[in-house]
Amino acid sequence: MISVQSEDFDVAAEYAALRDSGAGTGAIATFTGLVRDSGDLQGVTGLYLEHYPGMTEQVIQGLIDDASERWDVRKARVIHRVGRLALCDQIVFVGVCSAHRGDAFAACEFIMDALKTSAPFWKKEITSDGEHWVEQKESDLARSDDWK
Amino acid sequence: MSDNTITVRFFARLREELKTEQLAIEATPGMTAGDVLAELATQGGPWGQLQGDQPVMIAINQAMAKPGSEVKAGDELAFFPPVTGG
Repeated sequence: MISVQSEDFDVAAEYAALRDSGAGTGAIATFTGLVRDSGDLQGVTGLYLEHYPGMTEQVIQGLIDDASERWDVRKARVIHRVGRLALCDQIVFVGVCSAHRGDAFAACEFIMDALKTSAPFWKKEITSDGEHWVEQKESDLARSDDWK
Repeated sequence: MSDNTITVRFFARLREELKTEQLAIEATPGMTAGDVLAELATQGGPWGQLQGDQPVMIAINQAMAKPGSEVKAGDELAFFPPVTGG
């Protein structure tokens, strides 16, 4: 299931829902991304996130489908927030249930890495000196390419 | 909007710098996304960046596309900077 939302999310509730995926699940891997105080700029006080409604959800569903073809994925959950976020706020959640930890770790990391370079989200850093649209990182592209 | 138009959408930095969220252009036979970029860039000012050094990503009907991809009447064409979510 995929949600793009301005509201915060509850990791415990998401974990509980993933855990309810049947007796075949032996592993759950989750990732949560947070707003930190430095990125392209120092002294970041918050972020603004924009997305392309409709396309974003389609791209993420495609990544979950890809992951499900490569690994044992019993259930996958992706939540991405948009709008204005404050320091330390949660931005993104990826959770994957699998029979074994290797598949759960790999599918979770793949979905997160691929999301960063293919899902239409854009992040603007906000500081006391102004605002700045974040540039795509070579390191993110390299991580995503590593899965090909 | 007539039946012969393509909807063009802009996101993030491009939307802000072009001060445009959406516009409509007349479709012509065999038109490509690259043709639309070139035509818009002729307006000069911030529009010039559509053919500048910074990469512009292209989507047609919400699927990633290339400059050579054909666009036709009724399509939704979107231009945006490389994505930076997560």
